[in-house]
Amino acid sequence: MFSDFMLTHAWLIPLLPALAFLWIGFFTRLHKKRSAAIAITMSSLSFLLACGVTWAVLSGPITMETPFVQKTLWFEIGSVRIFMGSLVDPLTAMMLMVVTMVSLLVQIYSVGYMAHDPGAGRFFAFLSLFAASMLGLVIAVNFAQLYVFWELVGLCSYLLIGFYYDKVSAREAAKKAFITTRIGDFGLLLGILLLQITFGTLDFQELKVLVPAYIWISGTSFMTIVGLLLFIGPIGKSGQFPLHVWLPDAMEGPTPVSALIHAATMVVAGVYLVGRAYFIFSALPVVMNVIAWLGGFTAFFAATIALTQRPIKRILAYSTISQLGYMMLALGVGSLTASMFHLMTHAFFKALLFLCAGAVIEAMQDEADIFKMGGLRKKMPVTFAAMTIGVLAISGLPPFAGFFSKDEILGAAAAVSTPLYLLGTLTAFLTAFYMARLLFVTFFGEASPGCPATETNAFMRWPLIVLAVLSCVSGLWGHFAGFGEWVYFGAAEETGIDWVIAGTSTVLSLVAIGLAYEIYVAKRWSAYEISQRFGVLYTLSFNKYYIDEFYTLLRRTFCDGLGRILYWIDLHVIDGIVNGLARLVGVLSTIFTFLQNGQVQRYVAVFYGGVIVLVAYSLFYAYKVLTLLGGAF
Amino acid sequence: MISFVEMMHLALHVGLPHFLLLSAVLFAIGLFGLFTKKGIIAVLMCIELMLNAVNINFIAFNHYMPATDLSGQLMALFSIAVAAAEVAIGLALAFRIYHDHHTVNVDDLNHLKG
Repeated sequence: MFSDFMLTHAWLIPLLPALAFLWIGFFTRLHKKRSAAIAITMSSLSFLLACGVTWAVLSGPITMETPFVQKTLWFEIGSVRIFMGSLVDPLTAMMLMVVTMVSLLVQIYSVGYMAHDPGAGRFFAFLSLFAASMLGLVIAVNFAQLYVFWELVGLCSYLLIGFYYDKVSAREAAKKAFITTRIGDFGLLLGILLLQITFGTLDFQELKVLVPAYIWISGTSFMTIVGLLLFIGPIGKSGQFPLHVWLPDAMEGPTPVSALIHAATMVVAGVYLVGRAYFIFSALPVVMNVIAWLGGFTAFFAATIALTQRPIKRILAYSTISQLGYMMLALGVGSLTASMFHLMTHAFFKALLFLCAGAVIEAMQDEADIFKMGGLRKKMPVTFAAMTIGVLAISGLPPFAGFFSKDEILGAAAAVSTPLYLLGTLTAFLTAFYMARLLFVTFFGEASPGCPATETNAFMRWPLIVLAVLSCVSGLWGHFAGFGEWVYFGAAEETGIDWVIAGTSTVLSLVAIGLAYEIYVAKRWSAYEISQRFGVLYTLSFNKYYIDEFYTLLRRTFCDGLGRILYWIDLHVIDGIVNGLARLVGVLSTIFTFLQNGQVQRYVAVFYGGVIVLVAYSLFYAYKVLTLLGGAF
Repeated sequence: MISFVEMMHLALHVGLPHFLLLSAVLFAIGLFGLFTKKGIIAVLMCIELMLNAVNINFIAFNHYMPATDLSGQLMALFSIAVAAAEVAIGLALAFRIYHDHHTVNVDDLNHLKG
């Protein structure tokens, strides 16, 4: 009874934050505390609903094969009927929990973080809309609904990254995020349209039946194109190479937004899409290989960049790209369970890391360079403890969350391809190293004299503590409660630990942390000399492999070149035609004004001249006809 | 050659050709006036003349139709009614034009030229 009620009211979960957005936007935008109260109330309600839905899913007959679907006709064009509704299966329930929980915590944190910002009301409105969009995306019943909310998520990220719109860099970053993800969205849209044309439906449940049948009948060649097009969307949204460039710049927004984007609402949308449409992807070996290798490469590539970056949020941004690469890698090697498990644990520890970073930056009065910090351990003990847990979790040390999910991914990769497994393990080593570097440089050593840092206020502290606890226990819970029997594709997965793989990666992580300790705390080796020794590699990594510069070059060459050509055509061809037409009209009009002299009597004369011509012609014609008839007259 | 008797017959017995001739002469006079007169009132009068020429045609033809058919007379009456309306508007326009331009010379009234 209760579970039925929860499932049939799952559509309220995205609706409540959307209402909060409207209410704040229309009425309380200028009132900080009231806006925050409304946003947090609505988020709490949707969190409670999500809990209820999850309970209903866990206790009821809902599995990955038999989801609960509720939908209503949205619009109808000809024979195309598009529905909106809610689809609830364990995957949805897990995502609903993660998104509502993280966005609720981020909103509570924002009360403290944005306390002195005059735009706080607007901020809470956008945060609510962001959560609503992501939740709508999560419970989508078909690709059309998913796409609508997908774009809304993109819009919200634009609004929030550009929140400080009076800063040029924020505006530029917002535009960059929007345009870059738009490139991916275009591919996704093409893929969706191809699906609609081929199958006449976008419904997940119907496609789940139709797609395997189609592939069984006509092979994988066409569906491979569709799959690749669909995958371009996640490449853009989830910051996979080569469309990852927007994510590090997205830190121009307020830090809570970064936490939200990186953990729960924006970037995981791409991973979720692949998971949701896994019945398409998993049937296409070529696409699966692309996903796996692109994910693995992105994971490694972003980790190498993160090694040398200095701003704290930028390091975290590249670590997000790297972890998203892990999730894609897991999807590519065929383990939906591992990917979604990592998505969940990553959401918690990445939100934790970003919120800690926000606390540190706030305490340092907007100083983001980690090498200008140091010694914060004593001044901010709670933040330090939380950050440590986050770092240990992302480094994959037992018993923290990342250990279990990363082990799942590496295990799945090892079962399919050794090179991918090695790539993943190497990335795990790099991850542990750069995260330890961040931690040691920021919190150890000696504080610079006059360092203003103090512990954060309660609004910011409690979300950190909750997230730290979650980062500790979510992996254990997922492992022992059987996450793989809950969220899976095809057959339920055992959540066992391969001790060789887990042991290897744990040892490597410990070595990396030890190395970082030696370099950055004990100063056994000079970081500067090491960077000098690596020379070119260091420069490449520090400059992010010059990808932004490369894109700028491409844009200068192709877009601007094309623009110049089009400008020339516009100037000489289009304008030439228009001006020529105008001149022609001018010439004609001088001829006709000559006739149009306003003399009534001349008009009359012309008119009667015409009458005479007509009469003469008709007489002539009548004469001719009569002659032909035989000359009756 | 037409004989004298026949000529007299034609001259004394008024028939359809006489009416048509009269009508044609009136129409030609009206047209000539329309082309040559400069005063707007005279031009209007010439138009009336042409209309009445047409009316004569209608009546004359009607006379030689079967007695039950009165469409020619009807048409003439209709034409007279329309002509009355036309004259009323024409004279009103002439009055306004004189009021605004202090002239009724159609050659000077060419402000609508392109």
